[in-house]
Amino acid sequence: MTEVKEHKIRVLVAKPGLDGHDRGAKVVARALRDAGMEVIYTGLRQTPEMVVEAALQEDVQVIGLSILSGAHMALVPRILELMRTNGLDDVKVFVGGIVPDEDVTALKNMGVSGVFGPGANTDDIVKYIRESVSAQA
Amino acid sequence: MSDEIAPSLPPVVKAIRSSRRELSRLLTRIENGEADKDLAALFPLTGSAHIIGVTGAPGTGKSSLVNALAKHYRTTGRTVGIVAVDPTSPFSGGAVLGDRIRMRDLSGDPGVFIRSMATRGSLGGLAHTTVEVVRALDAASFEVILIETVGAGQSEVEIAGAAQTTLVIEAPGLGDDVQAIKAGILEIADILVVNKADRPGAESTTRALRAMLDLGHRTERIVHHGQLMTVPAANPRVDESSAWQTPVAQTVAINGTGIAELAEHITNHLRYLHQSGTLQLRERVRIESEMTDLLRETLLMRLLHQTDPAHLGALVDQVQLRRLDPVSAAHLLIDLSFPREEKQP
Repeated sequence: MTEVKEHKIRVLVAKPGLDGHDRGAKVVARALRDAGMEVIYTGLRQTPEMVVEAALQEDVQVIGLSILSGAHMALVPRILELMRTNGLDDVKVFVGGIVPDEDVTALKNMGVSGVFGPGANTDDIVKYIRESVSAQA
Repeated sequence: MSDEIAPSLPPVVKAIRSSRRELSRLLTRIENGEADKDLAALFPLTGSAHIIGVTGAPGTGKSSLVNALAKHYRTTGRTVGIVAVDPTSPFSGGAVLGDRIRMRDLSGDPGVFIRSMATRGSLGGLAHTTVEVVRALDAASFEVILIETVGAGQSEVEIAGAAQTTLVIEAPGLGDDVQAIKAGILEIADILVVNKADRPGAESTTRALRAMLDLGHRTERIVHHGQLMTVPAANPRVDESSAWQTPVAQTVAINGTGIAELAEHITNHLRYLHQSGTLQLRERVRIESEMTDLLRETLLMRLLHQTDPAHLGALVDQVQLRRLDPVSAAHLLIDLSFPREEKQP
């Protein structure tokens, strides 16, 4: 009865680009599930177009991008641009993977609101998402 | 596609037909139980989609089969809506929805809309709001709607009440022990599919399913209040010899083998539903059961709302002290809100 009027946090966890390392994405997906969120996991080798289309159809509040190929400076701007053209400006984006320090600043300037590197604590990611979503409302 | 000649469409229908973002947001409101008015407005514009349910045990290839069927329907020019249901964790309330992984072929096609749903505590293989989400896709003028259930075992038969044509997917190696499952989910199949038919054992699984079907009488089966019911054929002219005969199809979803034949079975089934009058019968039963479910839920909420929590607490105390039994306590509460004028059954 009470489960009907519940606002679940919906998160897309996507792996854009060509690297095949999905362990990090799976760990994060699992942690978010355990934090009570609905995680849409789309698998490996997604194009920016696929990521944004899935985010739109699933009406997620947050997109998590796992990129270990080093291509984040190419993929992330494209995804952010497609999000704007599709009216997803209010959706928060975070990036996980191997991101050099100087790129972290650049990504944040583009509009990425969180970057989590190796050794990041899943509790911090959960906290970041909860805060991002409550800021939207 | 008669949108242009119907200027009096309700605003919500105009919105979801012209904007995928609006459709997506409506589906969220439906899932959150906040779209009663929108659902009421779009309801008259539903009823034209062919709703196909896909169910079966985990790992039989439901998502891949949905992907293959959707691709097939796109080659015929029909638009496809997909609702894929995965389970919610009973511990955290969270879910990992991974059905899209197998549906990547469909991305970039504006004639396809895929939505993942978590069961959110529902146990019948669908979420509480799946039927309403399907209705919104129907009103958004998707012509074929595929519903993929959670990986189902024996009793997740809710799909048969939600879909017009129900496919039950089996795979070789899982179906050897047909005995174990034949009292359950196989009974709701309008079409049985042996997927992964290129694997060893496909023939024996198919034979076992055909043998099982030969044992039964051909009657109409409908799900009513979660119960599988057998009813006489709707049209008296349809006797046992012309009733629907559940076919067993073989497919290899990942390379498209057998998909065209499966689609033909599905078309034949829809034609049968129309010609036999079963379509109307099934819909009536579905509507009745939906209304009684709503009635139950609404009355319960009203009753709990009217009940003084202190009074409820006092009754619970009485029961815990064994001074009152639970049934009598419940009746005391009900009689307060609904004084007995006529005898209750």
